[in-house]
Amino acid sequence: MSENVTLTIDGKDITGEKGQTIMDAALANDIYIPHLCHHPDLAPYGSCRVCTCLVNGRPQTACTFPISDGMEVENDTDTVNEMRKQIVEMLFVEGNHYCMFCEKSGNCELQALAYRFGVTTPRYPYQFPKREVDASHPNVWIDRDRCVLCARCIRASKDVDGKHAFDFAGRGPNRHISVDAADGIEHTPVDADDKAVQVCPVGSLMLKRQGYKIPIGQRKYDHEPIGTDIETGASKKQ
Amino acid sequence: MAEKPKVATTSMAGCFGCHMSILDIDERILKLIDLVDFDKSPIDDIKEFTGRCAVGLLEGGCCNDENVKTLKDFREHCDILIAVGDCATMGGIPALRNNMSVKECLDEAYSTDNRKGPAVHNPDNIIPNDPELPLLLDKVYPVQHVVKIDYFLPGCPAPADTIWQSLVALLTDEPVELPYELIKYD
Ligand code: SF4
Ligand code: FES
Repeated sequence: MSENVTLTIDGKDITGEKGQTIMDAALANDIYIPHLCHHPDLAPYGSCRVCTCLVNGRPQTACTFPISDGMEVENDTDTVNEMRKQIVEMLFVEGNHYCMFCEKSGNCELQALAYRFGVTTPRYPYQFPKREVDASHPNVWIDRDRCVLCARCIRASKDVDGKHAFDFAGRGPNRHISVDAADGIEHTPVDADDKAVQVCPVGSLMLKRQGYKIPIGQRKYDHEPIGTDIETGASKKQ
Repeated sequence: MAEKPKVATTSMAGCFGCHMSILDIDERILKLIDLVDFDKSPIDDIKEFTGRCAVGLLEGGCCNDENVKTLKDFREHCDILIAVGDCATMGGIPALRNNMSVKECLDEAYSTDNRKGPAVHNPDNIIPNDPELPLLLDKVYPVQHVVKIDYFLPGCPAPADTIWQSLVALLTDEPVELPYELIKYD
């Protein structure tokens, strides 16, 4: 039998199970903690830092931090949201995010986070890094301009698809997603229906011939901020 | 009657779409004319500032030496500068050239070597070099990389409602607060 743990998130009493992360306990209680690399079907990874909360006063990533009795979590406060906003702004300037022609626009989790935090433009200087496109595969393509290094595709390919077709190469600002083949994604076993291809939060790992399918005004984040479905409990009813 | 505040506008490395968006405020343009006078702007074709302006609207990124001068001129003459649209706030489509050298870009457009420039009849392989032409910068820069900017209105183009609400707020001394649906990057 699982052991219950009680903690507070923004002063509200929450019950979770021993071994759960703050993220999972929050989701189970309809509390939205903004996140980007976290995906409910994948093992926690902790790379994006968007889920940062103050845990007993210290910044910690909710998606990797286990709950414990009496823990006090600060989630939806001005201080914490301001830290997250800055992280999201850094993600924008570190890549090349041309939302105006991106097929993922309106359904992109990075963009949606920026909308939720009211980012009109990042406060940091744009880096304009050089990133490569790999469109060699007949059905799937990678636009590394848009990659946020969340490792969702890596985890999904390894743990769900059983292929380990992706991994990171390079360090620091040169870190990028690479494929398990010397000459492009077409030489990997990646298929269009792989979990890896479905989980990219941005427009980096994409199916071909799907662009602009949903008209503007009907896309996921056109009218409602990301996380609304969790806050209203709608995500569970689906 | 007290003099109306003045608004100036310019389009740099943009497509004029954001200026179209200004006009897209429809009949509210009549109210706008009650609120302000237009100074230097492609809308009235006034080429040089005639005096102090309350607000300067900047469309497009900064891609050449003329844009740098324009930005400094606007900063000097305007109390408040607003970056309008994605090209101004992040470089936009023109910034796609930021990962190539200027030479590569010009060769792609004009050179007939290796049949690179597809649409140009240019047997002498001349890269335009008239001294009248502004010199390209190494990159297309968001305007805030060049001068201080006070407000940013993203969007491609920035929606007419976003421009309208921000302008009216500024001109009536209200805070610029954009609702969720008016901060969009596409
Ligand atoms: S390609 Fe997408 S899923 Fe993979 S690391 Fe980059 S952003 Fe994440
Ligand atoms: S969602 Fe927790 S670090 Fe990315």
